[in-house]
Amino acid sequence: MSDAKYFTTTKKGELAELRADLQGDKRDKKKDAIKKIIANMTVGKDVSSLFPDIVNCMQTDNLELKKLVYLYLMNYAKSQPDLAILAVNTFSKDCEDPNPLIRALAVRTMGCIRVDKITEYLCDPLRKCLKDEDPYVRKTAAVCVAKLHDINSQLVEEQGFLDLLRELLSDSVPMVVANAVASLAEISETSPAAADLGELDTPAINKLLTALNECTEWGQVFILDSISNYHPSEEREAQSICERVTPRLSHANAAVVLSAVKVLMQMMDILPQDSGYLQGLTRKLAPPLVTLLSTEAEIQYVALRNINLIVQKRPEILRDEIKVFFVKYNDPIYVKLEKLDVMIRLCTSQNISSILSELKEYATEVDVDFVRKSVRAIGRCAIKVESSADKCVSTLVDLIQTKVTYVVQEAIVVIKDIFRKYPNQYEGIISTLCQNLDSLDEPDARASMIWILGEYCDRIDEVEEILGSFLEGFQDENPQVQLQLLTAVVKLFLKKPTTTQELVQMVLTKATQDTDNPDLRDRGYIYWRLLSTDPAAAKEVVLAEKPVISEETDLLEPSLLDELLCHISTLASVYHKPPSAFVEGKIPVRKITLDKRPQQSESETTEDQPPEQLSAVSSDTQPTPPQDPQDPGTGDLLGDLLSLDLPSYNAAPPTIGGGGGLAEFDMLSGGIGGLQLGGPLGGGMVTAPPPASMAGLGMDFFSLSAPAPQPNNLVAPKTVWLNSTQGKGLEISGTFARRNGKVFLDATFTNKALGPMSDFAIQFNKNSFGLAPAAQLYVQSPLFPNQPFNTSLELVTGGVVMLMNPLDLLQVAVKNNVGVFYFSCNIPAYTLFVEDGKMDRKVFLSSWKELPSSNEVQKTLSYPLADLDSVKTKLEANNVFIIAERTVGEDMQVLLYVSTKLINGLTVLGELKILRNGQTTLSLKTNAMNVVPLVQSSLDAILSQ
Amino acid sequence: MPASAVFILDLKGKPLISRDYRGDVEMSVIDKFLPLVMDNEEEGLMTPILIHEKVTFIYLKHRNIYLVATAIKNANVAVIFSFLHRIIEVFQEYFKEMEEESIRDNFVIIYELMDELMDYGYPQTTESKILKEYITQESHKLQITPSVPDAVTNAVSWRKQGIKYRKNEVFLDVIESVNLLVSANAQVLQSEIVGSVKMNVHLTGMPELRLGLNDKILFENTGRTRSKAVELEDVKFHQCVRLSRFENDRTISFVPPDGEFELMSYRLNTQVKPLIWVESVIERHSHSRVEYLIKAKGQFKRRSTANDVEILIPVPADADTPRHRCTAGTATYAPEKNALSWKIKSFPGGKEYVLRAHFGLPSVQSEEGEGRPPISVKFEIPYFTTSGIQVRYLKIIEKSGYQALPWVRYITQNGDYQLRTH
Repeated sequence: MSDAKYFTTTKKGELAELRADLQGDKRDKKKDAIKKIIANMTVGKDVSSLFPDIVNCMQTDNLELKKLVYLYLMNYAKSQPDLAILAVNTFSKDCEDPNPLIRALAVRTMGCIRVDKITEYLCDPLRKCLKDEDPYVRKTAAVCVAKLHDINSQLVEEQGFLDLLRELLSDSVPMVVANAVASLAEISETSPAAADLGELDTPAINKLLTALNECTEWGQVFILDSISNYHPSEEREAQSICERVTPRLSHANAAVVLSAVKVLMQMMDILPQDSGYLQGLTRKLAPPLVTLLSTEAEIQYVALRNINLIVQKRPEILRDEIKVFFVKYNDPIYVKLEKLDVMIRLCTSQNISSILSELKEYATEVDVDFVRKSVRAIGRCAIKVESSADKCVSTLVDLIQTKVTYVVQEAIVVIKDIFRKYPNQYEGIISTLCQNLDSLDEPDARASMIWILGEYCDRIDEVEEILGSFLEGFQDENPQVQLQLLTAVVKLFLKKPTTTQELVQMVLTKATQDTDNPDLRDRGYIYWRLLSTDPAAAKEVVLAEKPVISEETDLLEPSLLDELLCHISTLASVYHKPPSAFVEGKIPVRKITLDKRPQQSESETTEDQPPEQLSAVSSDTQPTPPQDPQDPGTGDLLGDLLSLDLPSYNAAPPTIGGGGGLAEFDMLSGGIGGLQLGGPLGGGMVTAPPPASMAGLGMDFFSLSAPAPQPNNLVAPKTVWLNSTQGKGLEISGTFARRNGKVFLDATFTNKALGPMSDFAIQFNKNSFGLAPAAQLYVQSPLFPNQPFNTSLELVTGGVVMLMNPLDLLQVAVKNNVGVFYFSCNIPAYTLFVEDGKMDRKVFLSSWKELPSSNEVQKTLSYPLADLDSVKTKLEANNVFIIAERTVGEDMQVLLYVSTKLINGLTVLGELKILRNGQTTLSLKTNAMNVVPLVQSSLDAILSQ
Repeated sequence: MPASAVFILDLKGKPLISRDYRGDVEMSVIDKFLPLVMDNEEEGLMTPILIHEKVTFIYLKHRNIYLVATAIKNANVAVIFSFLHRIIEVFQEYFKEMEEESIRDNFVIIYELMDELMDYGYPQTTESKILKEYITQESHKLQITPSVPDAVTNAVSWRKQGIKYRKNEVFLDVIESVNLLVSANAQVLQSEIVGSVKMNVHLTGMPELRLGLNDKILFENTGRTRSKAVELEDVKFHQCVRLSRFENDRTISFVPPDGEFELMSYRLNTQVKPLIWVESVIERHSHSRVEYLIKAKGQFKRRSTANDVEILIPVPADADTPRHRCTAGTATYAPEKNALSWKIKSFPGGKEYVLRAHFGLPSVQSEEGEGRPPISVKFEIPYFTTSGIQVRYLKIIEKSGYQALPWVRYITQNGDYQLRTH
């Protein structure tokens, strides 16, 4: 018998007829009527007016009928909240029905009726059901707690349901345990009060691991997901968890496998990295991951996105499995693209030739996106594996010969990157490229081609004419192309000044006068002034040697990667974005995840560019530096503010591509730096000092301008760390200070939003000194609008240590009821000098001698020192201890030997040589050279008070 | 991590039936789904996961319907996809085929099932054999109120108590599918076997089964290094198999579900010769004709025979006037597939057959480029496994102590079997 007939009647007066049937006492008619009503509901017709009549049918002993009535209630209760209360009685009654199926049905439906009013009436039935003798009812009730919590969390917490739920973790029936753990995990994710309850301890984990063997496949996923949030206290525990989770890798359900992989990836971080056990585990992970590629396409896609993350962290797992990622003709396009990505990740000099021949094959397929990406991949191979560059280039040239326009354009974009990586090796192919000028219609490709022309203009015949022809349409070009054209012509002028005067004049005019684009105009003006004041400097700037580009262009920033690995098999792992980027409001604040939380700015920038978009990245290099979002290392605003244009240098290696971009980059920053320092424009700024000392320079800058405080502990004035735009109304400014032998973070929280804020919490990312808050952050809650609140947070060491660049970088996450915000700041080293840093004279002497001169760094201070005594007081007050003082030579120069110890135990020895004329040289010696810039700038700051 | 709602849509994006599990996403958001799919298809960005504002659509297409789950949290997508595929399996068990018509015809029971399959976005009981115990299409006729089978919450959640058979039998099928990828210059890029052990269990009571295979690791553990053994690279088991036991001593022990199910699957890479080797010489004379010379060779034991071999040779979409002849079997031009299908009913090992074909091409070439689909091959070789896997024993222990007979069959067939052409 088919149900389709219930959909058919649509005649008028139908509702009245149905009502009559419902009120009648014929059971079959009643059931038919309800089916018709449900059918109407299914196709989206409003049958809510029948609500009272339906509620009257609730009390029936016919299960099918009851289910339909319940279904109706779930759908319409929200629109009829007053009537919904009529149903409460029946629910309570049904929760005591002798048939467990009905008890469970009632408790399940109850929770789906999202009407606040009736929630409190549900507490008693729910409490009973949580202790029901039938496991089927208990497992349903366990989920119901989460439902109720979502509607009224306060009620659930007050009524002690969380404890009842926790008790279910010890239930004898695995499925009950699984649902309880899922429910608990969800509740603790949303409610800070419940978070502690949700925190699992060792005995709880053991119970879960036992239940794991016997519950349904879905239950296994719930349990594994919970375990993946658990942080074992020691290696042995981690290993025992691994041992008990590993068998899950053989489960037929891909979701179970992925969740098991998630747990194992977490635990592997804790295991000793050189242990045989870890290697064994690594070997065991490969086969199940490979098998995921034989599942349904959609699951393959999820698996591949996750594999992409896994191999970034541990490439050894799949290093020998490259062939399984070869693309099959009938793979869906989304699988093909992901496979391509993984292939590039796994490419090494051993397997490059087989990968290349595959890529070449793909580049001749028909799907445009796939072909483009394959061409791009060839370029990435060339950059990643140097030995393959020749082969890649000749493959690309072959592809250009096909004259397929999108292939040609894509190839030119990647060839530009290859030129960047291997300068002066492949100019031979430029003539081939020039033959295809006409087919370039995409900005990326045009910009890349123009960069190549500018870079090699002295070796290309008739380059003046080519660039000239591009100039004709200058106004219509994309900004990115305009910027490249400007630079290319200036380069040309610098190399062939005699013949190109007219051309450069033209481009400068166009760039400065006929445009509204400030980037273009500024660059134009700076070139112009450079060329007119000091052509030699212009040469140095524009034709400067470019930094080497990185091999791995699209690696996720490590802390983001770690966070995403905590979310294997979830949406976050597919989007390659942290959950906070796409989930509103409620974000879990768990230590284990927060430790690994990245700063927000790069999560915004880095993964917005899908990894495959190499050229998209490269295009970023053209815009003006101060807003440049490309820098993965220090994407924070603070970094930008303090050190202005420095990010480009601070960043490990600058992102690939961008060719000429970088030259201008230097130039502009030079310009700005010059203005600031009042020095001559451009010039020496191009040869930028190493990153750390530049950061120090930034610090000098503000400590110089600080009002000189009394000569005790140095405290820098507060600076804005999080502005109210980034903080959705919350502004945080702060500084660091050392008081009574402790480091403090002193901050002012200001609420610049319209509503009050509450529930503040703070977390630090791993940092170079393992600093972590000693206590909870205290901020008055609620914090009313326009109310500043000063707080002081004691910091202790003992957190996880991770070397940051620069060393003093501290990434902080602050949470409140509005959201989670990330910012970073620099901890001045002088707050980290400890009180017991005074070294014994003899030890000092022998250490000073032992350290080779290569470990010595000298610096001449740029300002005269005050009298010797105040220097000494200043130093001692900041835990820089005077070991010895000597006066030598005819000019009575004073030598001060000092020692200081950092909070992590590193000692730094110093010698201050003060000449009569006030000129001072500071030499530092230490084993750990990377702290030198920090200490140097700190001493600088102390002495210059 | 859970899903917010599940929708079943027709191809026009209209909901046939839906279930709101969490009430945290407006159900009307589904109207945005199909336009989003269309937009993405146009841009060539087809992914099975789409995002609209804060709502994520996780979907798959099955026959003439879309199955869509929505989520606003950081949902576990692997769970959701596995679950959607499982829905299809369950519905197929219930109404043979899952398509628009069967959904409409069974909407009442579908609502019931959706209520049972998932609760608040968390998958619950998805074993169709158990579901059928208490969610039946005929319950209203029986007039007795069904109750929850113990199996739902038991550790053995896949088998009900009290099954009876007069004749106790077990059928075991070992099926190996060969996945092959050969490059245009005849290099084997990938060759793997995906094996599957399927069972059909007709056994009384709660039997305890133990399956013995010639598993290399097991043999090494027990010191039997002389016997011929197979190295299984990755094994996946039905949830009835005790995984920790397998991890410990490689014993495959389980209480089976009743009837048909897949006990295990395994995967291994092989160095063996491709079973059916196809060489092709294709000469394209653009604007006039294209000529094919196809050689197929059976590279397996002479006493085995491949049945129902079909070699599918792709030809240009605008090819015309087919002419072909072959030394065995029959060839037919299948314009709807843009391919020439060469069927050989029986293909003994060691034999080689040849096909020559000739097609005309129009003098005007079509604008859009065509891909070069690979040649694909279908076949079936009975009584033979490529890997050499063998069932050594199947022990059946039930407390009533009956004797039961296991029947074992072996078969090798094509999986994803592709040979690229020039």
